[in-house]
Amino acid sequence: MNEAPAVRIRGLSLWYGAFRALEHVTMDVHRGEIMGLIGPSGCGKSTLLRCLNRLNDQPYVRIEGDLTIAGYDVMSPTTDTLALRRDVGMVFQRPNPLPISIRDNVLFGLRLHAPKTSKAEQEARMEGALREVMLWDDLKDRLHHDGESLSLEARQKLCIARLLPLKPTVLLFDEPCSALDPAGTAAVEELMRTLRGTYTQVVVTHNMQQARRISDRCAFMLMGELVELDDTAQLFTHPSDERTARYIEGRFG
Amino acid sequence: MSDGDTRLPIEPLEVRHRREGLVHLALTAAIALAAVPALAIVLFIAYKGAPAISLGFFTEMPMAGMTQGGILPAIVGTLWLVGVSLLFSVPIGILAGVYLSEYAGRSLLARGVDMAIVNLAGVPSIVHALFGLGAFVLFLDFGTSILSGGLTLGVMTLPVIITSTKAAMQSVPHTFRVACWNLGATRWQTIWHVVLPNALPGILTGVILQVSRSAGETAPVLFTGAAFYLPILPTSVWNQTMALSMHVYALVTQVPKVPEATKYATALVLLGVVLCFNSFAIVLRTYLRRNRRW
Repeated sequence: MNEAPAVRIRGLSLWYGAFRALEHVTMDVHRGEIMGLIGPSGCGKSTLLRCLNRLNDQPYVRIEGDLTIAGYDVMSPTTDTLALRRDVGMVFQRPNPLPISIRDNVLFGLRLHAPKTSKAEQEARMEGALREVMLWDDLKDRLHHDGESLSLEARQKLCIARLLPLKPTVLLFDEPCSALDPAGTAAVEELMRTLRGTYTQVVVTHNMQQARRISDRCAFMLMGELVELDDTAQLFTHPSDERTARYIEGRFG
Repeated sequence: MSDGDTRLPIEPLEVRHRREGLVHLALTAAIALAAVPALAIVLFIAYKGAPAISLGFFTEMPMAGMTQGGILPAIVGTLWLVGVSLLFSVPIGILAGVYLSEYAGRSLLARGVDMAIVNLAGVPSIVHALFGLGAFVLFLDFGTSILSGGLTLGVMTLPVIITSTKAAMQSVPHTFRVACWNLGATRWQTIWHVVLPNALPGILTGVILQVSRSAGETAPVLFTGAAFYLPILPTSVWNQTMALSMHVYALVTQVPKVPEATKYATALVLLGVVLCFNSFAIVLRTYLRRNRRW
């Protein structure tokens, strides 16, 4: 990894009012890797993820520190969130397709940012995106159907697909499988594995087995602090911090 | 069932079933009490007015001191008045509702404006009429005209259109907005592509109610646009015009020797015109709602 990291976080602290949700977090995410964020509820992992594309822009939230992602200085007030979110896509816990056709869902972002894109280019990008998430063969004959008519698993893949026509560099996942059954979970995990390398992925999960299965490196957070960050295999077999060891052994959290 | 558990004071099942039956009966009675008078009114008017209904009633000018002939100018006048009021109140009302829902936030000022609009919806129509007389007829010097009358009706209907637009916008699930923002949509793009299309059926409901009100209210047009007797068709918004609501009022209270049936027939036509407006809007709303599922 001789390139600059895709995500560079330095001394990031965040307060919700008087409550300190992140304490001086420092980490890098390398290009193309899958970074897992684990920890008990309320440890700040989702808060950290939401900082990465400025979803925490609220009057009662105060943030300090440095945060660079996909070349954007996220903390700078002059950074345009419209461009940031074009390059840094977010996938949520509950699949949230828009109540429009599958085709329009996939092309929604593209049309927002590049409304004059030719029909041919749009179709090509839509097909490419659906192929990348392995939905094309299933859906190519019913692209006009409503996005909400799909199974939960397909909906979640659709939500991933609609990020892709704009060629983002970083994908953020906030517990992407917790609304899915085991088969759906396996399918989305498989998809994330195939996207590895092409996109930098940061995954928040409360499912330790999932973090172990899909992440290259993994960070354990506790009460707003980054306790330990290591190669996933190392973190789960030889954690260096006692608190990590206790959490992954299931003794709390 | 744990009827065998003697530690709990279990209520006998027949008591609960009987109570359920009573509540069901009370609710059914309530809807009957609401529906029967409404139906009775419509049937009574139809029964009394039917003898006077003929093709000529729709196509002829009133004659012989309004005791004979048709009511064409009143029908046309009502269409003009409602049309002008909608042209004014629908765009402004929807845009204002969008602003209050999506841009205004929860500041003290925004809440104040909100409350003022809700209260304005409850102002009696005669007060709107006086406002229209002062503002449009006299101050802006539009005279007694379709324009003044339509604008007065528009002002009267504006609060409900704003309020229902705002409510419809806010009932669109928040997850849609989040999905849009995360694809880099601006606030307006989010509104235009997702929130507004999904709010349209609800917005139309508000508009439908106000169309009926515009067509039916007499007071707002009394001083501002409606003529007592004017057997010509209006050709521009600067003309005065007859109006159905006003015509019913005139026939019933002001003109001697009008046949009973003519009065009821005029009221029946007013009902019919409102029904036409409403059915158009209801068909449109049903069409827009087809693929909504919440």
